[in-house]
Amino acid sequence: MANTKTDSSQTTKADWTSDQEVRWCPGCGDYSILTALQLLMPELGVEREKTVFVSGIGCAARFPYYMNTYGMHSIHGRAPAIATGLALARPDLDVWVVGGDGDMLSIGGNHLVHALRRNVNINILLFNNQIYGLTKGQFSPTSEVGKVTKSSPIGLVAKPLNPLSVALGSEATFVARTHDMDRAHMQEMFRRAHQHKGASFVEVLQNCNVFNDGAFDAITKKDARDDMLINLDHGEPILFGSEKQFGVMADDGEVSIVNVDEVGQESILVHDENREDPSRAFALSRLSETPDTPTPMGVFRAVERDEYAVSLKAQIDGVVKDQGRADLNELLHSLPTWEV
Amino acid sequence: MTTFSILDVEIQEIEGAKTLFGDSLTTFPMAMVILDPYTLESSWILDTADRILSHFQGADVRVALVVAGSDPEGAASFLGPLPDRILTFVDRERKLVKELSVKSLPSFAVVRQDGSVLGIAEGWNPTEWRELADNLAEMTSWSRPEVPSSEDPAAYQGTPARGTVSQVIPTDAELVEKVIIRFAGDSGDGMQLTGDRFTNASALAGNDLATLPEFPAEIRAPAGTLAGVSAFQVQISDHDITTPGDAPAVLVAMNPAALKSDLHLLVNGGTVIVNENTFEERNLEKAGYSQNPLNEGSELDGYRVIKVPMTELTKEVCKDLGVKPRDADRSKNFFALGLVSWMYSRPVEPTVEWIEEKFAGKDLVIAANKAAFQAGHAFGETAELGDQRVAIKAAPLPSGTYTSITGNTALSWGLIAASHLSDRPLFLGTYPITPASDILHELVRHKRHGVMTFQAEDEIAAIGSALGAAYGGYLGVTTTSGPGVALKSETLGLAVSLELPLIVVDVQRGGPSTGLPTKTEASDLMLAMYGRHGEAPLPIVSASTPSDCFDTAIEAARIALTHRTPVILLTDGYLANSSEPWLLPDPSSLPEINVEFATEFNQTNEDGDGVFWPYMRDENLARDWALPGTPDLMHRIGGIEKEDGSGNISYDPDNHGYMVDLRQERVQKVQVPDLEVDGSQDYELLVVGWGSTWGSIKGAIGRACKDGYKVGHVHLRHLNPLPNNLGELLSKAEKVLVPEMNLGQLSKIIRAEYLVDAKSVTKVKGVPFTAAELDLVLRETLDG
Repeated sequence: MANTKTDSSQTTKADWTSDQEVRWCPGCGDYSILTALQLLMPELGVEREKTVFVSGIGCAARFPYYMNTYGMHSIHGRAPAIATGLALARPDLDVWVVGGDGDMLSIGGNHLVHALRRNVNINILLFNNQIYGLTKGQFSPTSEVGKVTKSSPIGLVAKPLNPLSVALGSEATFVARTHDMDRAHMQEMFRRAHQHKGASFVEVLQNCNVFNDGAFDAITKKDARDDMLINLDHGEPILFGSEKQFGVMADDGEVSIVNVDEVGQESILVHDENREDPSRAFALSRLSETPDTPTPMGVFRAVERDEYAVSLKAQIDGVVKDQGRADLNELLHSLPTWEV
Repeated sequence: MTTFSILDVEIQEIEGAKTLFGDSLTTFPMAMVILDPYTLESSWILDTADRILSHFQGADVRVALVVAGSDPEGAASFLGPLPDRILTFVDRERKLVKELSVKSLPSFAVVRQDGSVLGIAEGWNPTEWRELADNLAEMTSWSRPEVPSSEDPAAYQGTPARGTVSQVIPTDAELVEKVIIRFAGDSGDGMQLTGDRFTNASALAGNDLATLPEFPAEIRAPAGTLAGVSAFQVQISDHDITTPGDAPAVLVAMNPAALKSDLHLLVNGGTVIVNENTFEERNLEKAGYSQNPLNEGSELDGYRVIKVPMTELTKEVCKDLGVKPRDADRSKNFFALGLVSWMYSRPVEPTVEWIEEKFAGKDLVIAANKAAFQAGHAFGETAELGDQRVAIKAAPLPSGTYTSITGNTALSWGLIAASHLSDRPLFLGTYPITPASDILHELVRHKRHGVMTFQAEDEIAAIGSALGAAYGGYLGVTTTSGPGVALKSETLGLAVSLELPLIVVDVQRGGPSTGLPTKTEASDLMLAMYGRHGEAPLPIVSASTPSDCFDTAIEAARIALTHRTPVILLTDGYLANSSEPWLLPDPSSLPEINVEFATEFNQTNEDGDGVFWPYMRDENLARDWALPGTPDLMHRIGGIEKEDGSGNISYDPDNHGYMVDLRQERVQKVQVPDLEVDGSQDYELLVVGWGSTWGSIKGAIGRACKDGYKVGHVHLRHLNPLPNNLGELLSKAEKVLVPEMNLGQLSKIIRAEYLVDAKSVTKVKGVPFTAAELDLVLRETLDG
């Protein structure tokens, strides 16, 4: 693509679309995520050449090839580590990490945990389809107990990880959830993630129509959403249902779903995404164990903390400011010397 | 050089009175012959000096002999009757020599009244001396002396003037060429520090030296046990040496376990210095002694045993300082250091200064350590050990500025230097692992060079972050040891596929698995060559000495940056921790590393528009490298096979075959300098070495060649690709030996590459080869 527009406000989706043919299965949820992001990028006020997508391995990890930005399709699970090095070296860049539940919660779980803990300025998008797609249908670390897959023909016995609980337990400063059936909501979450200074984590519930079709139908189908999706809006009471007849109430550290009529409007929890203590957000992340019960969507947590690269750079700049830059001669004479 | 400081230098008349040098210049300029009393070179010039200086007696110039680095007694015994006739000064601390910037002795110098220098002639160069004498004659309107006269010796070079700056050789000391000392004790006894301090004082005294620290993997193994023994061996010499020596002549054993574990290393009849206070029942039992070896009729018969109650004496001197006995016990290693410093005539000041600096703010600790050190020194003087005292003269090293450096420090500095030379900021992504962690500790201190260090969550993240930083345009480095390389291999393969520059430093240690973390081995060569899935070749370099780690790191960076490839740099635990004097390079002599980035389109598509193809190549097959942030050149790279040129994903069979060949060819494109043969040029036997075996091989070949054996030596810095002339050099040899600290990994490569009958010499014991071991093998090979 020969296109020399650099002012992002003049760009369109086409400018952010690479010349590569998209090769996901027809009907895959990844398409809608890609489109949402390509449509959003012109609005973010960033330049294509300053944008980098880094991915690991898996269906989701093909993402960078389709963005007309800089990109690296790396190895399984390691994208957060590679992106960390890039973000530290180049704070001028806008670095995104894209991966699936196997990539980021199984083989690369350690890197995800530590990238979030350090608060490196990267935007992590985890496409959770609760299955291994590229290897054709084994269970993933987010597959539910009892699930029958190619590698669990009698049913899965181990308890799955809750991606948001993992992120919150990893000291993440921005944690959100969205799903592939709602472009506007996805774009809002991606926009917020991008605005956030430090590591941001967005779980995108994504349908794998080949190996785990309909995994989220119970909550994301248009007619189910009112009763099954709990929208989290900062400063607002957490209410859902077609008549806003349901709500979330906090009691003794736990949260539960209640009938508003039964407890009264004043008992409903008012969502505070800026709350320093992550335990409330954690409790919200535990509200739904499987995607067939009412599930919170939106920003769970958004707090400010020093961004790692900024702090690291400040240490270096501070030493240089106090003591000046050093040259090679000074280096060579930094231990005791003697003359012969 | 300011004239002010010359005038201010304090010197001592041979009669003992101290004076400022400037005071001797009040009425006349000064003509001096400066001498080193411990060298033949200075003694050869005495008659000439006498004749020239006597010639100017009576002219408007003061004439004087200056004896550097000696006390008045030493100067008197060196000069004989001369001081009766000629004014003589002693420049004990060599301060005058230093201010005059004299590099070698003897020298002839004339200083004007204002402190400025009329001229200095260094060494014995008759022409230079005559010119200076003529200038002096002209300045003082005096007649010219005859230089040289018929009795004068032929021209010769001087000896280092300032190398022995702190070393005052005592008159009661016997001069020896070299000595090997081994300090051994419990790992809590501070033996590494003791050895390190002794080494430092020796370096400042101008000796050549090589060290071998050996310590257990446990931070504190059970006290007093054989497992807990920590040792530090150092060889100091008055000539160029390449190894820490084979068998030590002196063993300092701080407890029975140290004696038990290390006595067998000592030469027959060697000296054993023991802390006899520790030889009590419990310690003896822990070390496995049923009898006290200090009693007669033990395994110590035939050795010279010096029993010193170090613990007791240390506690004694510390008592008055108000130091608690338990704390005083910790200073006993300084007692040992003091005693050995006395025995080997080591300068005292550097150690005292170091104690004051190191423990600044802890006055009691300073007082205790200094008292223990001085008590040990005094013990040597007073305990009738006089016949044990020896000295080692400064080694005639090339002149220049030296520092004592370990391999890990030199490697860190080499990386920083490469960052300056390439104008790429340095990024270290690493995970702590013995014996590589010191590189992180060193680099984290150098933020003033813009160095960014990142301690990652694991070895994989360490290399991942380094690769990410490299993608962003940094000089990306990850440092580790064998187990870490195993974990990094997938990312290394990615770097091969992405064709990005990256340096992986493998400080090899004993394996497999955890193996011997603190011991040396060189068994990762095949891992470096082939330890990745698929055909994933990459360049490999290795360092041969601690200071060589500096140059090798620069070379690794040059290859990585200019060829856009990951490079593995192999060192080992021995190189990492041992130290040697290093002649500091002139920064301007270091090679610049030119890195060019793509900033423009390099192709045209079907529509006639400019596009950027990331896998277009230069003559070295290095691909065009556009950094993120470069306008218009957005592109994607990845680990999936790609089409050459465009970089687009390609599963085409022919393309894959082409790319596999191309990646191999890219390694072959690395320019490697031809090898030069050391030792015998018309060799029958060629020894091919790599890594830290350099010193032992060189030592062995020196001995064998001296006895007429025709042995040549080549040492490989570049292990992939191999130097172009290696095949030719191998073909000239009747026999080929490859000594390695593994089961023959390089010999396998050489056999495969060149179809020669390369014989392997192996030692995989966690300790380096000794020169004697290899010498024997060389002789057997040629005699057999």
